[in-house]
Amino acid sequence: MEEFLQQLINGLSLGAIYALIALGYTMIYGVLRFINFAHGDVFMIGTYIGFFILTSSFGQALGPGFGTAVIVFLAAMLGCGLLGVTIEFLAYRPLRTRPKLTVLITAIGVSFFLEYTGQLSFVFGADPRTFPTVVEKTMVVQSGSLVIDSYQIIIFVVAIVLMLGLRMLIMKTRIGTALRASSMNLNAASLMGINTNAVISFTFFVGSALAGAGAILYAMSYPKINPLMGILPGLKAFIAAVLGGIGNISGAAVGGFIIGSAETMTAGYISPTLRDAIVFAILIFILIVKPSGLFGQGGTEKV
Amino acid sequence: MSRKHRSYLYLLIGFAAIIGLSFPFEAGLNSYDMRIVINVGISMILAASLNLINGFTGQFSLGHAGFMAIGAYTASALTTMVFGTTEGTTQELLFLVVLIAGGVSAAIAGLLIGIPSLRLKGDYLAIVTLGFGEIIRVVLQNIEPLGGSLGISGIPRYTTFIWTFGILAVLIFVTENLMRSTYGRGFLATRDDEIAAESVGVNTTKYKVTAFVVGAFFAGIAGGLYGHYNSLIRPLDFGFLKSVEIVVMVILGGMGSTWGVLLAAALLTYLPEALREVELFGIKFRDFRMTIYALSLILLMIFRPQGLLGDFNAEEFIRKIRGKPKKPATTET
Repeated sequence: MEEFLQQLINGLSLGAIYALIALGYTMIYGVLRFINFAHGDVFMIGTYIGFFILTSSFGQALGPGFGTAVIVFLAAMLGCGLLGVTIEFLAYRPLRTRPKLTVLITAIGVSFFLEYTGQLSFVFGADPRTFPTVVEKTMVVQSGSLVIDSYQIIIFVVAIVLMLGLRMLIMKTRIGTALRASSMNLNAASLMGINTNAVISFTFFVGSALAGAGAILYAMSYPKINPLMGILPGLKAFIAAVLGGIGNISGAAVGGFIIGSAETMTAGYISPTLRDAIVFAILIFILIVKPSGLFGQGGTEKV
Repeated sequence: MSRKHRSYLYLLIGFAAIIGLSFPFEAGLNSYDMRIVINVGISMILAASLNLINGFTGQFSLGHAGFMAIGAYTASALTTMVFGTTEGTTQELLFLVVLIAGGVSAAIAGLLIGIPSLRLKGDYLAIVTLGFGEIIRVVLQNIEPLGGSLGISGIPRYTTFIWTFGILAVLIFVTENLMRSTYGRGFLATRDDEIAAESVGVNTTKYKVTAFVVGAFFAGIAGGLYGHYNSLIRPLDFGFLKSVEIVVMVILGGMGSTWGVLLAAALLTYLPEALREVELFGIKFRDFRMTIYALSLILLMIFRPQGLLGDFNAEEFIRKIRGKPKKPATTET
C-alpha cells in the first residue's frame, strides 16, 4: 500500500509537469486546430534559459533560494512565451490558409530546428548539462518507505497555482473571452471584431510560458538537460492532452495527471523500460476507442 | 502495344540496365563508394514506399522506420537463426525468401496500423504512427532472443547492387501500374477529398489500408536489404529520426511524385556523405546537417509546398521533348 501511495505521489508530481505542457498543446489546438510539434522543444529551451541564468555570475551570486527560484521561473516563462510568439509569427502565420498537413510538416521542421541547432557546439552543445540547484531539497514526509520531498510539493503547488491562474485568465478577462470565442470559431470571432492574430499570439505566449514553467520544474527534479530532452515529455504531454480531449483545458490537466501516474506505476510495478511504451499504448487505445478523449466533444464534419 | 505491355517492357529494360550497370559499379567502386550507392538504393525504396502512403493517399505516416525495423528483424533473424549462411543459388533463393518474409510481416503490421487510420486523419494519424514506431522500437529493445538493445549482429552480407536496384525497379513498376489502376484513382480520390470520394461511393477505407499494406511491404523489404548489408541491426537504427528522414525525402521530392521522391532520396543520402568534411564557420557539415534539413522543411512548406518535382509529370515531359501534341487533360492533378 505504501509502495502504491509512493508511486501515486511520484506520478502526480510528474503528471503536474505533463499537465502544464499539455495545456499549451491544447490551447493552441483549440484556436488553430493543429498540433504544435515544437512545443516540447520550447519546453527544452526553457530548461536552458534556467540553466544559463543559474550558471551566470548573477545567478551564482544569488545562490539557491526562494528569490532565485522566482527569478528563474519568470525568466523561463517570459523567454519561452516570446519564443512561442516568434515561432508562430515566422513559421505558422504565413501558412494560416494552407492545408493542415503543410502546417504539421512545418511544425516538425521547427521542432527539428530547435533540437539540432541546440546540439551545435556554439549553441548548447550535444552533451548533457547538469541543472544547478534552484532551492535546497528537503524531506517533508518520511514514514517507513514513504518519502515526499519538497520538490514534489513545489511542483504540485506551482502547477496548481498556474492552472488556477490560467482558468481565471480565460474565464474572467477580456482577452480570455476573446480566446474562448476564437477557439469556438476563428472566422466568426474575427467577424465580431476580435483581433484574431493578437489572440493567436497571446495563446502562443501563454501556452509556451506554461511550458517554460514546466521546464524549470522538470529540470529541478531531473537535472540532466540536453537539447533532445523535450521530445519525450513533449510527446507524453501531447498524449495527455489527447487523453483529456484536445482543446479542453481541464481535460489536459486531468490527462497530465493520469499519464504521469500511469508512467510511474508501470515503472514501479512492471518494468522501467516499458514506461514510454505504456504511454503510447494509452494513446493508441484512446484514439481507437474514443478519439475525442475523456472530456472532448466530437465535432461533426462539414463539407 | 498497350500501356500494360509497355510497362512490362520498361521493367525488363530496367532489369537489363541494372544488371548491365552492376558490372562497372562492382568493378569500379571501392567498398566505401559502393556502400553509399547501396544506401542510396535503400533510401529510394523507403522513400518511394512511403510516398504511396503519404504522397498518393494523403495519410501522413511518421512510423515508416517501424515497418523497416519489422522487415529487418524478420529477415535477419530468419537468416542468422534458421537458415544460416549459405552460398550460390541457395543463398540467392533463401535471400529472396527472407526478404519476402520481412516484407510480409511488415505488411501485416501495416494492416494493423491501417485499421486505426480509418478513424483518424492528419495530426492524429501522424502521432499514432509515431507512437507505433516507438512501440516497435521499445518492444524490440526488450526481446532478449533478438539481442535486446544490442540487436542482431553477424548477418551475412547478401545485399548487392542488383538486389537493391532490382527491388527498386519492381517497386517503381508496382507503383506506376497501381497508380493507373482503380486503386491508384482511389488513392488520389482519398487524398484529394475524402468526404467527396465517400459520397460518390469510393471505399476510402479499402484504399487507405491497401496503401499502408503495400507501403509497409516494401519498407519491410528495404529493412531486410539494410540488415543484410550492414550485418548489424539495432533497435536504435529504426528510431523516430529515421522515420523523419524518410518523410523529409518524400516532402522534398514532392508528395505524390515518384521521380521527385527518388531524386530527393538520392540527394539526401548522397549529400551528407559528399559534404562530410566540408566546414562552414568552423563547424563540420555533418554536425549541422539536421539544422539544414529542418530549415529546408520550413522554407519548403512556406515557399514551395509541392516539393522539388511535385508538379512534374514524366509522360508530359517526354511528350514535350518529342514535340507531340498534349493529350486532353486528365483528372489527375
